[in-house]
Amino acid sequence: MEYILSILPPLLEGTVVTLQMFFSTIILALPLGLLLALARISRFKALSSAVGVYIWLFRGTPLMLQLLFIYFGLPFVPYIGVRLPDFSAAMVAFVLNYAAYFAEIFRAGIQSIDRGQYEGAKVLGMTYRQTMQRIVLPQVIKRVLPPVSNETITLVKDTSLIYVLAMNDLLRTTRAIVQRDFDTTPFIVAAVFYLIMTLVLTWMFQKLEQRYAVYDE
Amino acid sequence: MNMIKAINIHKKFNNLEVLKGISLQVNQGEVIAIIGPSGSGKSTFLRCLNRLETIDQGTLEIQGDILADSGPDGQVRYATEAEARRICRRMGMVFQQFNLFPHFTVLENLIEAPLTVKGVKREEFVPQAEELLHKVGLAEKRDVYPSRLSGGQKQRVAIARALAMNPDIMLFDEPTSALDPELTGEVLKTMRKLAEEHMTMIVVTHEMAFAREVANRVIFMDNGEIVEQGDPETVFGSPSQSRTKAFLQRVI
Repeated sequence: MEYILSILPPLLEGTVVTLQMFFSTIILALPLGLLLALARISRFKALSSAVGVYIWLFRGTPLMLQLLFIYFGLPFVPYIGVRLPDFSAAMVAFVLNYAAYFAEIFRAGIQSIDRGQYEGAKVLGMTYRQTMQRIVLPQVIKRVLPPVSNETITLVKDTSLIYVLAMNDLLRTTRAIVQRDFDTTPFIVAAVFYLIMTLVLTWMFQKLEQRYAVYDE
Repeated sequence: MNMIKAINIHKKFNNLEVLKGISLQVNQGEVIAIIGPSGSGKSTFLRCLNRLETIDQGTLEIQGDILADSGPDGQVRYATEAEARRICRRMGMVFQQFNLFPHFTVLENLIEAPLTVKGVKREEFVPQAEELLHKVGLAEKRDVYPSRLSGGQKQRVAIARALAMNPDIMLFDEPTSALDPELTGEVLKTMRKLAEEHMTMIVVTHEMAFAREVANRVIFMDNGEIVEQGDPETVFGSPSQSRTKAFLQRVI
């Protein structure tokens, strides 16, 4: 018990890094994913295809490769080459990657809404924008909550990949202690930390789903 | 001035010609019933009037404003998007599948378009919306979500929602076809009330009794054409075309 208490401060510090990465990603990737989804279903073929290629790239290559490329490879790319600090580089990779997944979830959600909803709004004189904002997207939220919840929980655990940039998140901190003390107890403590984070998320999404359960389709 | 003037409307789906030159003029306060076998193009024609479908040839004029017109080159030119929206807003529409907004309560369904499209104030419009609900006999369902309503109640809400935009014309696309037989009566009663208030109405329907009693003019369509039209007594009582006779024999 005393040992566990002694390793808590560094583990909590690692958790802060993990949570920072998690929240920065989620806050940016959700709106970006929505924009990409709207672009993907756009009438403008060039835009739609470009986003299709983007989604293919980011879902088709390992997230770790994207992390490594943005940190180590990007500085050498002509014209757009920039050297990003480790946290920013990791954040850019996570946001770009998760936005691709969210885009596909939102696209499927938008396309699952019955054509009659668009027609109902159109004959009432609503514009495409009003129809999306007031009629379609509010209904999409309800439908995409379960898959978005899934992705969000995956993200909590995927943040541990930033160890490849030598950032001291929860898992890398834990590993360092394990190697120092030749004791695997920190792994168990770290597991509990991850479980608490995902439990809070699960509970939040449950609340959201309950809120949207006031209406049926 | 005609409320609706459709001249020589043609419409193709891929290579299938579903409207082969339909012309129709609708006067103020007229109640027109369009009958005919399924696949005759009657719903498609109705949907062309408020550009849910685009036409391939012909002219559409709503209260003197040109919605679509094919020039000498045969190309159809539509009014600009904003102008078309403004024109079509004068026509309320009721669908077979209701198309209510499931995430809104009954009252919210009614006030949504007046608020977002016309920009009226919520507190000013709510009493009007409540009055409309009262008119369709659903005042007590004000705060209920559509999923809690029966089909007949849903369709009456849909009628009230269309009326909330204060349209000059009402289009009904088989409004009772998705309903259980015992629920069609309440919807037809609401429509009859509208007709008595001299609303201009075009009703695509399979309800022959309704067409006969309420309509001023009955139009029989078959295979993309208007085969016969006239007052209900003539069309139902002594149709002149053999196709009309055959159809009426099958359905009555």
